[in-house]
Amino acid sequence: MLNPYLPYPVRIDDIAVETEDKNLKTFKFTFLDPGDEQKFAYKAGQFAELSVTGKGEIPIGIASSPTEKGFVMFTVNRVGLVSSHMHAMKPGDVMGIRGPMGNCYPWERMQGKNVVIIGGGFAFTTLRSSIVYMLHPDNRPKFKDIHVIYGARGPGMLLYRDELAEWERRDDIHMHITVDATTDPNWKYNVGFVPAITEKKAPPAGDDTYAIICGPPIMIKFTQPVLDRLGYSHDKIIMSLENRMKCGIGMCGRCNIGKEFVCKDGPVFTLEQLNKTPREY
Amino acid sequence: MKMITINKSEWADGLQKAAQAYRLFGPVKEKEFHSFKRLQDGVLPDLACLNTRLSPKHLIYPQSEVMFDYTLDESRADHHILKEAARDDSPQAVVGIRPCDAKAFVLVRMNFDTPEYQDPYWIRAYEATTLVGLGCAAPCSSCFCTTAGCGPYHEEGLDVLLADAGNHYLAKVLTEKGAKFVAAAGWKTAAEPQAADRTIAALKQASESKITSFVQTDNLRSTETTDLHNAAFWEEVSFSCINCGTCTFSCPTCWCFDIQDENRGKAGVRMKNWDSCMYPLFTLHGTGHNPRGTKLHRVRQRFMHKLKYFVDKYDRGIHCVGCGRCVRLCPVNIDIRRVCNMMNNFAASGAACAIE
Repeated sequence: MLNPYLPYPVRIDDIAVETEDKNLKTFKFTFLDPGDEQKFAYKAGQFAELSVTGKGEIPIGIASSPTEKGFVMFTVNRVGLVSSHMHAMKPGDVMGIRGPMGNCYPWERMQGKNVVIIGGGFAFTTLRSSIVYMLHPDNRPKFKDIHVIYGARGPGMLLYRDELAEWERRDDIHMHITVDATTDPNWKYNVGFVPAITEKKAPPAGDDTYAIICGPPIMIKFTQPVLDRLGYSHDKIIMSLENRMKCGIGMCGRCNIGKEFVCKDGPVFTLEQLNKTPREY
Repeated sequence: MKMITINKSEWADGLQKAAQAYRLFGPVKEKEFHSFKRLQDGVLPDLACLNTRLSPKHLIYPQSEVMFDYTLDESRADHHILKEAARDDSPQAVVGIRPCDAKAFVLVRMNFDTPEYQDPYWIRAYEATTLVGLGCAAPCSSCFCTTAGCGPYHEEGLDVLLADAGNHYLAKVLTEKGAKFVAAAGWKTAAEPQAADRTIAALKQASESKITSFVQTDNLRSTETTDLHNAAFWEEVSFSCINCGTCTFSCPTCWCFDIQDENRGKAGVRMKNWDSCMYPLFTLHGTGHNPRGTKLHRVRQRFMHKLKYFVDKYDRGIHCVGCGRCVRLCPVNIDIRRVCNMMNNFAASGAACAIE
């Protein structure tokens, strides 16, 4: 019997500070047993339990893309016991990863469709995974137009800034980067909250267009009416949820919204599904 | 299905023999209350007990269970790598378990043994366990098993069902595990099956007629989850709750748990501990946000899980066996029977409104 609670041992390969407040760091891991990388085969939108021996585990979205081989990557906000401890760790340190867990964004259903990605703050991790996945030469022909609306409090709070700039230069993805406010005279992108930019830049709704939203509750609260006004139907609005988790495999009982477990039946739900569940997230 | 007669004079001797092949557990009185304990050196299970104060779920699902060992000592090659902790999965038998508590394991199994994931701790312990149950001749006033998908002589989940027939027990051997246990005890006297069936049927009928409290569950499935979730009565139901967690602690079907690392010096263990939906920390996010931040949320979660979400998810009835422990032990007299009927009637009242 496989033990779903046993993490794969990993080594921290690289740690990068992502944001100017230094509260977000991106960790690149390699598996101690190279065979474990195969077992950890994942899809964009899934998450894993990061296990710090002696401290505990935290559920974090996978930021690397399945098209990137040889490592897995997670961006971790410093919040509690485990994440704070991780921020003090160094390359070479050994920890564990359990997963992959949960469902993924509906890649089958989105084939041949336009995809609009709407992200805010540090919830951009699985969206980064999705963008890298879609832009891979093997996958790009599978999708029509790709739009990305991504906002943060200020320019220094955007994740993956080098990649954002790189994507800006491409002609097969429409980037709409925005910040709430900035005093930077050289800022050449949008200024404004994500819902406002969505209203201006999101492509028209249609049977061929899916919107993926991932962000803080306040962003979701104000973006959803915008998408309603733009005519997006609720089965075309894809959301990724977070809840407190321990097991990550639908057993420990805390992350449920109604009969669905966010860890196992989610974290990705359509708004149509969420409308039928108690909103305990 | 084999039917065996166990003369009460061969009971103690049989258990002693079985103890050579099994770790035996049974209800034992300690001070005021009965609880399921290891039966050491010829101690007999006290079958006169009405039921134990706490359920025997800990025999398969301990309140605290070590999953992994590790060392934080960086001079060791395997530092920070989790290793499976040693454990005892040798055969064990629970003698005198009640049919409700045995059925509870069947319900809990749906959580821990799924097509996608199997909890090895729960499953190994369950597989190592033989449940030798005793039919209830004298149900308590708070028992409502007959309308909770169970009953005083319910067989589901048991390996052997014992019925007290005066000077002897009738043992209905229900599974292969049960047959092995009976063989290990050396009980061999075959009972005449039809006569034994008639005796058990009569005992069952007599016992069921003593059960006077019931729940109605027929409308639960057809009611909209969100309507039930938004029902006004949760305010009143949860008003007196003090979120003590006694209900989930004593419940044979409650399975929620927490995972914690505990360090002592440079050694440590990762363990599973029972947790409870009654506690605010159960769902508290790192950001401080809590999706079930009030006791109304938490009380509602407990009842909605048992009586609606579980019903919808598995289509196997309610997540309750009617043992009545939470009814007896709740310090503020919240009664799942009343809440279940409110939920069920809410459905009926909703439908009536729709027709008007």
